[in-house]
Amino acid sequence: MTAEAAQPQQPLLRVRDLKIRIQMDNGVMNAVDGVDFEIRRGRTLGLVGESGCGKSLTSRALIGINPKECETSGTIAYTSSQEPEAKGEPLNLLALNPNGRKIRSIRGRKIAMIFQEPMTAFSPMYTIGNQIMEAILIHRTRNKKEAKRIALEMLGKVGISDQEKRFDQYPHEFSGGMRQRAMISMALSCNPELLIADEPTTALDVTIQAQVLELMKRLQREFGMAILLVTHDLGVIAEMCDEVAVMYLGKIVEQAPMKDIFRNPKHPYTKGLLRSMPRLGGSKAKRLESIEGSVPIPVNMPPMCGFYDRCKDRIEGVCNARSVPATRISDSHTVRCFLYSEQPGGQQR
Amino acid sequence: MLQFTLKRILLAVPVVFFISVIVFYIIQLPPGDYVSNYAAEMSVAGEVFTQEDMDAMRADLGLDRPVYEQYFIWVKDIVLYGDFGFSFNYNKPVLAVIEQYMGLTLTVSLVTMAFQYFVAIPIGIYCAVKQYSIGDYFFSGLSFLGMATPHFLMAVILMFLSYTWFGDPLLGLFSAEYVNAPWSMDKAIDLAKHMVIPVIVIGLSGTADLIRVMRGQMLDELNKPNVVTARAKGLSERKILFKYPTRAALNPIVSTFGWSLTSIFTGSTITAIVLNLPIQGPVMFNALLGQDMYLAGTWLLFMALLTVLGTLISDILLAWLDPKIRTEFRGT
Repeated sequence: MTAEAAQPQQPLLRVRDLKIRIQMDNGVMNAVDGVDFEIRRGRTLGLVGESGCGKSLTSRALIGINPKECETSGTIAYTSSQEPEAKGEPLNLLALNPNGRKIRSIRGRKIAMIFQEPMTAFSPMYTIGNQIMEAILIHRTRNKKEAKRIALEMLGKVGISDQEKRFDQYPHEFSGGMRQRAMISMALSCNPELLIADEPTTALDVTIQAQVLELMKRLQREFGMAILLVTHDLGVIAEMCDEVAVMYLGKIVEQAPMKDIFRNPKHPYTKGLLRSMPRLGGSKAKRLESIEGSVPIPVNMPPMCGFYDRCKDRIEGVCNARSVPATRISDSHTVRCFLYSEQPGGQQR
Repeated sequence: MLQFTLKRILLAVPVVFFISVIVFYIIQLPPGDYVSNYAAEMSVAGEVFTQEDMDAMRADLGLDRPVYEQYFIWVKDIVLYGDFGFSFNYNKPVLAVIEQYMGLTLTVSLVTMAFQYFVAIPIGIYCAVKQYSIGDYFFSGLSFLGMATPHFLMAVILMFLSYTWFGDPLLGLFSAEYVNAPWSMDKAIDLAKHMVIPVIVIGLSGTADLIRVMRGQMLDELNKPNVVTARAKGLSERKILFKYPTRAALNPIVSTFGWSLTSIFTGSTITAIVLNLPIQGPVMFNALLGQDMYLAGTWLLFMALLTVLGTLISDILLAWLDPKIRTEFRGT
C-alpha cells in the first residue's frame, strides 16, 4: 500500500463529535453523545458496550443507514487510498445525501457491513447467490457471468465447499455459521477498505464463533482491510482487536490499545466489565461479579457521568454535577472519568 | 411439485363428496319443499291445488322418495352423466341455467378481483412507505370507510351519482338495445361502461381489506434486517423497496387469493339484486327462496368446489413465490 505510506498520518476514518439524537414522546434521546474515534488502515478497532449503549447506531451511522428518525451530527472524515478517491483528501460522509449516489458508491464497495443476525439479514425470498451477486453487480461489473465467478470464488474463500450447489440454495438451507460465512463473502466481494462487523458472532454457538473469527482474521490479512468490530463480548475483543473503545450510554468512556484495556483498565465501568467476565482457572468458590443496577435511558439527562448511579468510586458533587471531559493518560489511552482528571471538576473539553 | 398437486387433487375428492352430503342436507332443512311452495304460490294466484295434484307432482319430480335415495340419484347422475338435476323454477336442466349466467358472472368476478389487487397493492405499499403521512391517513380513512359501508348503500349512491352526472343510472350490465344483440365492439364497450359501478361496489370492501393487509405486511417487512443489509450493499431505496419488502409482503396476499374469488361470487348477490345484474347471485337467491333444490344444491356444491380449488391454486402460487415452502414441496 503505497498510498498509505505517503500519508501515514491520515487514518482511514476519523470520527469527530458524532451525535445521534432521537426524538421521543418524552423528550430527546441522546443515543450517541459526542463520540470520537479513528480507524486506521488494516487495523481492528473494537467497540464494546452493553445493549443500548449506542454502539450499533454509531457503526451504522458511518455509512448512513440508520432510520430517518435518527438526527446525526458531527463529522466522519473518510480518506480512501483506493481509486478513484485516492487523492488523499478526506470526505465527510455525514455531509452526503444518505440516499444519494455518492454514499451508495461507498456502501458495500469501500465500507461493507455484516450483521448480527445472519438468519434475518438475508432475505428468504432469493438464493444466496443472487444476494451475493447483487453487491458485485452494483459495484464491480455489469456482466452476470463475471459476477457469478467472483461470487463463487468468494464463497470458496470463506470456506464454503460445493459452491456451485450452495450458490443456488436459499438462506434457510444454510446453517447459522454457513450463513454468516456467506454474509462475510458478500461483504468482502467488493474488496472493501473497512469492514464493519456488528456483533458478527453473537448469534452463533461457540465453536462456530471461533471459526468465524479466525476466518475474519485470515481474510483481513489477505485483503488488508480495516475492521470495526462492534460487540459486547470481551472475549471476541481480546481475540481480534488492536484497539478498543468502551462505550457506555452514548459516550466512549475509555479508549486504549487492546492490551492496555485488559491489563490496565482505568474507568470503573471497564473494570466492572472485566470483572464480570468468566475466566478459565478462576476460583469456583468466587462468584462472578456483576455491575449493579441498569443503564439509565438517556432522555433529558442533566450533565453528569452516565455511570454515576452504578459506580462504586463515585464522588458526590463532582461526578453528578457536570459532564465528564476526556483525560489523556498516555499517548494512546484516554479515559472519561473524574478519578483521573488532573483537577477534579476541571475544565471541560 | 407435480406429485404434490396430484396428491392435493386426490385429497379434494373426499372433501367434495363430504361437502355434497352436507349441501344436500342443508337444502332439505327448510320446512316444505318445492311443491308446497309452488302450491302456495298457485293458490295465491287463485288456482286450486288438491293434495292429489301435489302428490302427483311430487312423484313426477321424484320428491316422494326418501331423502337419501334422492341424494344418491342426484350424485349418481352427476358422476355418471354429468347431470346436475333439473331446475323446477326454470324448467331447464340445472347446468343450462348455470351456463346461461356463467360467462358474465366470471367476467364480473375476475374483473373485480383484478381491480382489487391492482388498486390495493400499490396503495398499501404507498401507505407503508409514507407511514403517518397525509396520504397514508387519507387512504386509511378511505379504506375503513370502504370496509364499513354496506354494498347496497354504496350501489344506490353510485347509481344516484351516475344518474345525476350522466343521466343514466347504468343499471344491469347492458343498455336495453344491446341485451339481445350479438357480440360486437359496441356491445363490449357498453358492457365495460356498465361494469364500472358493480366492480367498484363489489370490490370495495375487498380492496379496503387488502390495503390494510398490504400496509401491515409492508410495515413488517420494511423493518426487517434484510432491508438494512440491502441498504448496506449500496442498493438504491427504490430497488430495495421492490426487491425485498414488496416481494415478501405479497405472500400472505397470495395465500388469501383462493377464497377471495369465492367471496366475490357470494358477496356480489345483494349488489347484483340492487343493480339488476344478470349474474348468478340473484338466480341462486331465488332458487333458495323457491326451494329449487337441485339448482341451489349445485350452486352450493360449485361454491365449495371453487373454495377447494382456490385454496389449491393459492398453495401452488405460494409455493412458487416462497422458496421455503417450495423446498418442503420437493420433499413430498
